[in-house]
Amino acid sequence: MFGKPSRTGRTLQYVALTGYLIFLGFPLVWLLSTAFKPPRELVQLHPTLIPSNPTVQNFVQAFTEQQLGRAALNSLQVSLASAVLTVLVALPASYALARFRTKLGTVALGWVLLSQLFPFVLLIIPIFLILRQVGLANTHAGLVLIYVVWALPFALWMLQGFVRNIPRELEEAASVDGASRLQVLRRVVFPLLAPGIVATALFSFISAWNEFFFALVLVKTPELATLPVALARFVGIEGTARLGPLAAGSLLATLPSLIFFAVMQRRLSSGSLAGAVKG
Amino acid sequence: MTTVAERPDVARADGPRRARSRSDRLGIYLLLLPSLLPIVVLSVFPLVRGIYLGFTDARAGRNVEISFTGLENYRELLGDELFWNSFKIGLLWAVGVTVLQFVLALGLALLLNQQLRFRGLARVLAVVPWAMPPVVVGILWKLVYHPDAGLLNEFFHRVGADGLRTNWLGDFSTALPAVIIVGVWAGLPQTTVVLLAGLQGVPRELHEAAAVDGAGTWHRFRNVTLPAIAPVVVAITSLDFIWNFNSFGLVYVLTAGGPGGKTMLPMLFAYEEAFRYGNYGYAAALGNVMVVIIVALLAVYLRRRLREAN
Repeated sequence: MFGKPSRTGRTLQYVALTGYLIFLGFPLVWLLSTAFKPPRELVQLHPTLIPSNPTVQNFVQAFTEQQLGRAALNSLQVSLASAVLTVLVALPASYALARFRTKLGTVALGWVLLSQLFPFVLLIIPIFLILRQVGLANTHAGLVLIYVVWALPFALWMLQGFVRNIPRELEEAASVDGASRLQVLRRVVFPLLAPGIVATALFSFISAWNEFFFALVLVKTPELATLPVALARFVGIEGTARLGPLAAGSLLATLPSLIFFAVMQRRLSSGSLAGAVKG
Repeated sequence: MTTVAERPDVARADGPRRARSRSDRLGIYLLLLPSLLPIVVLSVFPLVRGIYLGFTDARAGRNVEISFTGLENYRELLGDELFWNSFKIGLLWAVGVTVLQFVLALGLALLLNQQLRFRGLARVLAVVPWAMPPVVVGILWKLVYHPDAGLLNEFFHRVGADGLRTNWLGDFSTALPAVIIVGVWAGLPQTTVVLLAGLQGVPRELHEAAAVDGAGTWHRFRNVTLPAIAPVVVAITSLDFIWNFNSFGLVYVLTAGGPGGKTMLPMLFAYEEAFRYGNYGYAAALGNVMVVIIVALLAVYLRRRLREAN
């Protein structure tokens, strides 16, 4: 990009890159290391970067003692329900948004950007009051409802992009061949939309899985807490020896999003529709 | 969002009949309804109601009468030292994190855009913080900053700088900078990826032409790269600023606003007001003030950028 840099220039670039790698990487290494350290190494005066007697005891302990296991199940339930509901609700609307131009659609998408501006405090109090009125405060159902609404704008925007990538000619060809509108949707549109549906579902799964603020405020019963809330409560229990299970639980909480990012990088770059019209 | 030129399919679909028929329009609305209804009920309505609550004396409790109090909350806010303190901290945090994020992300994006070794590793590492739940990022850095079992203090011990060891998150003078660094770490990946995409869109020919004309590296960066990515820069820094100003989970886990309120971001302050003390109206008023401030700051920033562009 900058032509051929001098040797000193190159060296400086590598020094800078090393700096970035240390800044980005070392905290992660530390989390990994802490997660595998036995209690004795955690309380030792000068901790080491690599555990000398690595153990998986922390993972076992995190999930048995601290109710993180239950919290993980709660999170899984809530995130799965949010993902499925978001896709079901967004699917018809995204089709309409992609295929027909309506003012309503533009307004809906404009809301995506506008809603970014407003701090959660403004939303959370009325939402809390509404949910309490319909008896959904302090329930997973209420939380799912909020997550669906929260993921919807972006999900709509994402899905309608995928619909637009499906050539209209394919739909027209099918209806010329005598397929009904519903058949066109079922046989032509939905199969081609599969990657988009997967991506949208994953997106809403992850945003529900990672969400903290609504879960903290809306769910009060400890048994119903989601994983981020349970982990945050765990932090309050001080004591150096407890850091091991905390790190282990944190690592496991990160796994779904890591998988998501790995999948997305491959899925989104594949051009499975490139040859659909021509040839 | 949508232009006619970009969508010949729409023009064609409407062409023969000119206007869309009534049943068609009904069908479209039926398709949109399942999405729009929840958004209106649980996003638009609460927001409007939240803005209104900021002008009332709403409090927690089941059968509390809510009465309109006009600007009373704002008068109270003006005289609330804790609010001003939190507001100052929020501004320091949001500006500090956004600026550092941008500078570091630009540097990293420029490096990643070159043929360097370990580029792949750096790209992977640069995405991991993005994939982490904010709560986990908070826990991770709590481990790094831990006074006894932390990586940072141990590092200072190993290099013989024991004098620098301190309780990073618990000390009045280091808490805010320490928290800002975590904010930078957490947001660096997204900003880097966006800037990198911008850099890859800069036409190579421009650089070659400038190089032929004898422009040095710095000149090419200043006069070719920077103008070309300016729109991306404005977009991502604006978004970063909004996100940072409204951020909550990270600092809640790291310090919960402590020590002594030194990291009490406005969102944490509002959370405490609403859910610890039950002052819903007051907390909503605080939210309103934050929206106005964000919009005002963005307006100033965007106007300046626009003027520079012309």
